[in-house]
Order: sequence, then C-alpha cells, then structure tokens
Amino acid sequence: MKKALRIGSILLAIIVVAVWAGMGANRGWTKHSVEVRTLDEVTGIEAIEHKKQFVPGIEMLGAGLLFSLLLFGGSFLIRTKISKNNPT
Amino acid sequence: MKNQLNYILALGLAVSAFAAPQTFDFKDPKGVNNVVFNLDAPLEAITGSASGVSGTVQFDVANPGATKGKIVVASSSMHVGNSMMKEHLHSDKWIDVAKYPEITFEAKELKNVKTEKDVTSADAVGTFTLKGVSKEMTIPVKITYLKDKLGARMPNMKGDLLVIRSNFKIKRSDFNIMPGQAEDKVSNEIDLTLSLAGYALAGK
Repeated sequence: MKKALRIGSILLAIIVVAVWAGMGANRGWTKHSVEVRTLDEVTGIEAIEHKKQFVPGIEMLGAGLLFSLLLFGGSFLIRTKISKNNPT
Repeated sequence: MKNQLNYILALGLAVSAFAAPQTFDFKDPKGVNNVVFNLDAPLEAITGSASGVSGTVQFDVANPGATKGKIVVASSSMHVGNSMMKEHLHSDKWIDVAKYPEITFEAKELKNVKTEKDVTSADAVGTFTLKGVSKEMTIPVKITYLKDKLGARMPNMKGDLLVIRSNFKIKRSDFNIMPGQAEDKVSNEIDLTLSLAGYALAGK
C-alpha cells in the first residue's frame, strides 16, 4: 500500500508536469481562450481573434504537484502491518 | 470670356475637391482594428486586447497636420485570456463597462508633424476619456495614407485607407481605476498599442 501510494504520487507529479508542458507551459494564470493573430497584408495590421482553448496555468501545476506531494507524504503515515506469523 | 470664367470655376472646384479633407471611418468591416494593453506588475503580467473600435478621422492629404478625429473603443470588447480576470476587469470595481461603455480619444490638433511620402509622424493633442474621467493628453501617432487601397481589402469598393498606429502609456490611478490598490498584481502603468485602419469611399 505504501509503495503503491508513493509510486502513484510520483506518476501523478510526472503526468501533471507533462500535461502542463504539453498544453503550452503557460507560466501565467490559466487561460480559457488564446489569441489568434492574422496579418492583414494591405494595412500591415495583425488582427486579433480569440479562440476558446483551455491552457492550464501555474496554479494548476502547483495544485497538482501539491496534491502529489501530499499523497507521497501521506504514505509515511501508513503503518506497515506486522505479520502474526512473523516471530520477530 | 465666359469660357475662361467657366474654366477657372471648374479648376477651382477641382482644386478644392482635392484639398478637402476626407473622412475616414474606423469601423473596419474586416475587424482588424485593435488596441493591445499590457500591465507589468511585480507579481503579475496582464496582456489583453480590445477590438470594438469605431470613430471617424478627418485627414487632408495636402495638409496632414490638420488631422482631427475621434476614436472610440467599446469597453465591453476588452478581453483577457482568463475568464475570471475578464469578469473582474469588466466589473464596477475596475472598468465598469455597464456604466462606462466607451473609451475615447478625441484628437484636436497635431504637433511636431513630419511627413515623408505617405507617412506622417506627429504628436496628437487631445482628450482621452476612460471610466468617465477625461484627461488632456499628447500621444505619438504614425499615420499612413494608402491611396486607392480600399479595393485591395474590400473588393467592389473604391477608396482610400488610413492606418493609424500609436503606442503610449497611461496610469490607471489618473482615471479613478482602483487608485493605489493591488499595484503589486495590477500595474498602475498601462501600456497601450493602437493599430487602426479606416476607410474613405471614393468621391465622398
């Protein structure tokens, strides 16, 4: 149980970092839309449009890593069951 | 004699027609116009844009220094990537878009005018109004006149384009936007970048 929790927490931390990095490694707050810029060749102005897209921010990364850290820390609170058959 | 008089009259009309300032409409049918705002506070950087631009500018190609006009930005068109942040931005604590639907700059005169071919650089003196507070400001502008280029953007339409670019800073405290509050997260200084295109139909 202890071991499973520790492995699980490490896996969770890896997944959290991978998802955050894979979705843009946004170092700001979570975004719910992203800018799409298109150049108007006649005027030279970049038109800005907003596309709905979820981009996790650092608070999501922090929350995920904190949760995995808590799971890892929690594993130390689980006592190892001592087998009755074990004479020591 | 009569013919000569008619000729002079026609010439005068033609000259005055060329000299007359054109009115450019900045409600761009293609919707490219935008104002980008940047706030760089010690704890947080905020970037957003507004696209609800309208207004008119009178521009005389023979006298660019006489340019006047008013640019209006719909405050409800201000957008930031985080939806909660956008809600706060639009709320009565910050911009209060319900009560103050427009942000405007009305240019009264141009100073330090320098024109090279179709490009005019100048300092526009006018009134900037945000959240109901008006302030006299001088902002640098770059005006590019694109003769007969409307058709290149809008087929079936003939006319000229006027592109206005500007970059300047304002302080939110000057416009009663939460003065002195949360400056570690929301910078007092706001950097504004305007990229605007207006059009004037031929013969108008």
